[in-house]
Amino acid sequence: MSLIDLKDIKAGYGATPILNGVNMAIDASDIGVIVGPNGAGKSTTLKAIFGLLNVMDGTITFDGRDTTRLEADRLVPMGLSFVPQEHNVFTSMTVHENLEMGAFIRRDDISGTLDEVYEMFPDLKAKRRQPAGELSGGQRQMVAMGRALMSKPKLLMLDEPSAGLSPRYMMEIFEQVVKINAAGVGILMVEQNARQALAFATKGFVLANGQNRFTGTGQELLDDPDVAKSFLGG
Amino acid sequence: MNAMTTRYIAAFIALFVLIVGVGMMMGSAFTVRLLVEAFAFALIAMGLNIQWGFGGLFNFGILGMLMVGGFAVTFISYPVNMEFWGSEGPLYLGRTLLGMAIGAVLIFFAHRVQRFGITGKGRGAVIVIAWFIAYVIFRSQMDPAASYITSTAGWVGGLGLPVLLGWAFGGVLAGLMGWLIGKVSLGLRADYLAIATIGIAEILRAVLKNLEWLTRGTLTVSPIPWPVWTPQIYQANGADTTTSFILARGGFLAVVVVIVLIALFLIHRAYLGPWGRMNRAIRDNYIAAGSMGKDVTGRQLEIFVFGSVLMGIGGAILVSFVGIYDPSSYQPINHTFIIWVMLIVGGAGNNFGALFGGIFIYIVWMLSEPLAQALFNALSRFSSDMGWGAIPDIASRAVQMRVFVMGLVVTIALRFAPQGLLPEVIRRKE
Amino acid sequence: MNDLIFFFNQAIIGGVVLGSIYALGAVGVTLIFGILRFAHFAHGDMMTLGGFISFVLAGIVAGLGIAFPLPIGFIVVPFAMLIAAGLALGIDKGFYAPLRARGAKPVTLLIASIGVTMMIQGLIRLFFGVGTYSFFDTQPKVLHRIELPFEGVTRPISFSEPQLLLVISTIIAVVALHYFLTRSRLGKGMRAMADNPDLAKVSGINTKLVVRVTWIIAGALACLAGTMLALDVSLKPDLAFNIVLPIFAAAILGGLGHAYGAIAGGFVLGFAETLAVFNWSVLLRPFRDNLPEWFEIPNTLSLVQSEYKLTVAFVILVVVLLVRPTGIFKGAST
Repeated sequence: MSLIDLKDIKAGYGATPILNGVNMAIDASDIGVIVGPNGAGKSTTLKAIFGLLNVMDGTITFDGRDTTRLEADRLVPMGLSFVPQEHNVFTSMTVHENLEMGAFIRRDDISGTLDEVYEMFPDLKAKRRQPAGELSGGQRQMVAMGRALMSKPKLLMLDEPSAGLSPRYMMEIFEQVVKINAAGVGILMVEQNARQALAFATKGFVLANGQNRFTGTGQELLDDPDVAKSFLGG
Repeated sequence: MNAMTTRYIAAFIALFVLIVGVGMMMGSAFTVRLLVEAFAFALIAMGLNIQWGFGGLFNFGILGMLMVGGFAVTFISYPVNMEFWGSEGPLYLGRTLLGMAIGAVLIFFAHRVQRFGITGKGRGAVIVIAWFIAYVIFRSQMDPAASYITSTAGWVGGLGLPVLLGWAFGGVLAGLMGWLIGKVSLGLRADYLAIATIGIAEILRAVLKNLEWLTRGTLTVSPIPWPVWTPQIYQANGADTTTSFILARGGFLAVVVVIVLIALFLIHRAYLGPWGRMNRAIRDNYIAAGSMGKDVTGRQLEIFVFGSVLMGIGGAILVSFVGIYDPSSYQPINHTFIIWVMLIVGGAGNNFGALFGGIFIYIVWMLSEPLAQALFNALSRFSSDMGWGAIPDIASRAVQMRVFVMGLVVTIALRFAPQGLLPEVIRRKE
Repeated sequence: MNDLIFFFNQAIIGGVVLGSIYALGAVGVTLIFGILRFAHFAHGDMMTLGGFISFVLAGIVAGLGIAFPLPIGFIVVPFAMLIAAGLALGIDKGFYAPLRARGAKPVTLLIASIGVTMMIQGLIRLFFGVGTYSFFDTQPKVLHRIELPFEGVTRPISFSEPQLLLVISTIIAVVALHYFLTRSRLGKGMRAMADNPDLAKVSGINTKLVVRVTWIIAGALACLAGTMLALDVSLKPDLAFNIVLPIFAAAILGGLGHAYGAIAGGFVLGFAETLAVFNWSVLLRPFRDNLPEWFEIPNTLSLVQSEYKLTVAFVILVVVLLVRPTGIFKGAST
């Protein structure tokens, strides 16, 4: 049984669904990458999982429990974490406080996890007393990921973590994603830089018009001529 | 006949039955008085409906508009004060005007100092200094003028012109005020706009209350003439007291109802026409409307002014009817918040809702007091019978019940009928 | 020197006292705005209500006949604050939470708060009438006079005990709030939610709990401000209704949603009001002989007449709204 299982998800903001039956399964050992054209429902899938919008049909099972109708404040304690694409740091709070907010649901000692995050992103340790709003885009992305890791998630969901970043930061973020996964955290991410992301994905999903178009390992998708032609720019 | 039409008919029949009931309980003279005021408030609620219902513009400064309207009718229709015109008062006021003009010129040029190469902080400083100097010049002329007028003639008096002209002027003056307020604050978000309008209204209130030379301030002005025969004239012609009141107030009511109907007709036509459609488009999505090339700020200013005009006329009517202009009698609860209750309960966005809400809520407001008094008297009898003693100060407490009732009514309406009793009709274009 | 002390007594002490009241009120307004995104208009009436709760408690305590070295109204304030916090929670649950659950716009909540204003006002007057009450019927109001040890100085620095207690409790409240917001988990959660409500939710912060804590703090501070204001002047049903606008002015001046800005804004407005009506010719008189011949010191030389004291706050409010709606201090409040 997978860590998370999406079965025929139909979801959207109003009455008209954006997702018309999405299926996905991710294990704790997996790095899942969702790619596809704009408006395909990539981000919507993550938001539907995280209870941020209305799921009309289908079921979501996380860690053996039905979480279809649960909202964020119940999902985080169960081991789900989400890094939104934009506005993903508390700009008026320091880096350190941002990380503490990620651990809001925890009542135990968080210093160990803090050390791990600072070890993972040494840049942040030096800036931990600075308001997150003063950091560069790449550093903000690190704060956002660090915040999401502070709750010790089983599954980390990232919405376009490399958007707007320089290649150097993109590579660093991807490296960290692989490391986090190696430590036993499942990953599900949406990526625009599809080729780079699929290169290390154990599971790749191509979405179009709110439905799965292709599913396979990252390498399979990269090798598939149809996928390459339609979705990876030839 | 659809459900909505039935609801309209039912609502207005119920209102009519309520009025007849009140008439039988409280007597005709009281009921006619109640109706005059209720229609005036309905006119004001229609003004707010234009601003909030059509335009989505928040106005918490209704009180200021009513005060301005009341001042206008006082100034236009009150008899001329010869003592003032015979004194040096006008000369003093002329000097004050000159001082204001000089100040205005100063400020005008201060805002244009960048032409002389002064920009940024320097320009800001120049502007602040110019305002300060203008203020000092104004005060140096105004203070002696005010104390001269109050000590010699008392106040400037009125112009002795017809009352209806005064009502019209009330609309004009309030419209002007609405233009000023709108000009400076319409860019603000709703909650900021609310605070800004209430702040400006409070400034207006403080000014009108303390301008003794212009408004007599706390000394109040009375009697303010009526546009129709007063009870005194009927009495002089041989009518007994009750009949004279009913006849005089009935005449007044007729004038007010005609004005309300004309306003309703005009607003409703405008609402159904392209002007109303554009305004609804702006209200529902001003960003989209703006990007389609509509002049959003211009339209909003127009709406704010039109609404203010109705409020000013309503305020003028109320002052004429009561016959006394007392700037300190204006209170946010009685002159701003209650209008909101009327519109929310009646149905924002619907002219008939505003009309219905205005009349209905005013009747509830006025009846809450005697009803509460009766309730308290009954309770008091019960508690004295039980040996717990009577409730003290029933009369003064009962007045307060109506404020509580209004608060309860609006919160209940917001929770259970947020569209109001007569909701806005959404017409789908086929 | 005597004139300077007069200035100190009138303008500085007056400004600090008024500023403390405004600051305590504005903090509540700004916290509610930061968390719930609406202008809570009934805040002034929550202050009045708090004053009356203290008054009733003080009456009960005075009835017990225990003597205290401090005003009884002040002794009972912590208990009154507890009750007021509970009432604030109840008001939210009864009137605002259902609207939020429906997804109503902030403006709707603002109108609802007008309804709450009217209900509180009506109820207070129903029970207490329209009269004025004093906390000092059973004990005297202590006046402090500090004689200065300088030659030729006859006028003492003077202030009342309630004023001193007000300033002390404001300092305590502000420091406590500071530690709460920067040190405690819930306080930081509150700041996080004010900063970015969506991300706060995503982080698993219990937003409903944060909302409750916000009402508890706002209600308690409103009660403190109302009681201290009533101790300083007197208790009236329309006590705070008249200062709700200056409080909003202070909160906007400091940037809505910013607690420290609200405190600073409160003091700025408090001083602005007292300095604007202060008669500056008092300070000029000692220099009578040094001034040029043509300059005659007028009897009253204040920026505005004292009738317009409250208007100063509104004018500042309107100017701030027009020139810099985000407040004079750093920060954007969206």
